[in-house]
Amino acid sequence: MMSASAVVFYILSFFILATGLLAVTSRKIFRSAIWLLFSLTGIAGLYFWLQMEFVAAVQVVVYVGGIVVLIIFSIFLTQQSGKDLPAPLRSRAIFSVLAVCAGFVLTCVLLRGYVFVPAGHSGIAGTGVVDASVGNIGAQMLSTSEHGYVLPFEVISILLLAAMIGCIVIAMKPKPGDK
Amino acid sequence: MNQVPLSHILFVSTALFFIGMYGLFTRRNMITMLMSVELILNSVNINFVAFNRYLYADKLEGVFFTLFIVAIAAAEAAVAIAIIINLYRNLHSIDVEAADEMKF
Repeated sequence: MMSASAVVFYILSFFILATGLLAVTSRKIFRSAIWLLFSLTGIAGLYFWLQMEFVAAVQVVVYVGGIVVLIIFSIFLTQQSGKDLPAPLRSRAIFSVLAVCAGFVLTCVLLRGYVFVPAGHSGIAGTGVVDASVGNIGAQMLSTSEHGYVLPFEVISILLLAAMIGCIVIAMKPKPGDK
Repeated sequence: MNQVPLSHILFVSTALFFIGMYGLFTRRNMITMLMSVELILNSVNINFVAFNRYLYADKLEGVFFTLFIVAIAAAEAAVAIAIIINLYRNLHSIDVEAADEMKF
């Protein structure tokens, strides 16, 4: 007899995998983007199920609200969205399926043989379960002590600035006088 | 959450990773390839969060890795789409086979 929580997990994972598969096989590019949106929302649900509310919120805001919208905009800018994508070459599709199945089976066999041991006294039934609240995450992210993440945080901010400027420079239309 | 073993979550993320790999192998359109890369990055994120929850529940390192991966994925998607739009302007196609000017 499965508990309600386990049932929720299996429904969520089926939803994620089914919509992900549709996203990579759909022949209409716009539908493919919408299936990707459903898959990413399902992953946010999986984070909620794991009781990582902040990560789920970040997933919804950045992926669903940002990246998918960006992808849909670029589809509208570059593609007739009603047109079918060409089907993959038969030989390429067959060998891709073979390679992917081989990799999946290999990884599953390795996973089945591995015994996961929770570190120390922690683990799911242990006592020292940290509170993954926004306050804790923020305090540790900006802390300069031993387990603080302030240096990667600053590096990421520089990276985001560089990416933003790079995008503007790359996508800028050259002036008619240039070159 | 206690009833589901960690390996089942890892099976799901493995399946998602290989779905993304399949898309990367078969698609020739740059935007759909970018979508496959997003699926692969998400499967990695699921792994980090699950390991954090099940094996290192007294720490938050998995959450930080996930947050940084999400930030880098956002920057990567923005730059990739700028490059795709620039290529479309020059080649009038976003098929990877069309971008063969530098092919030796």
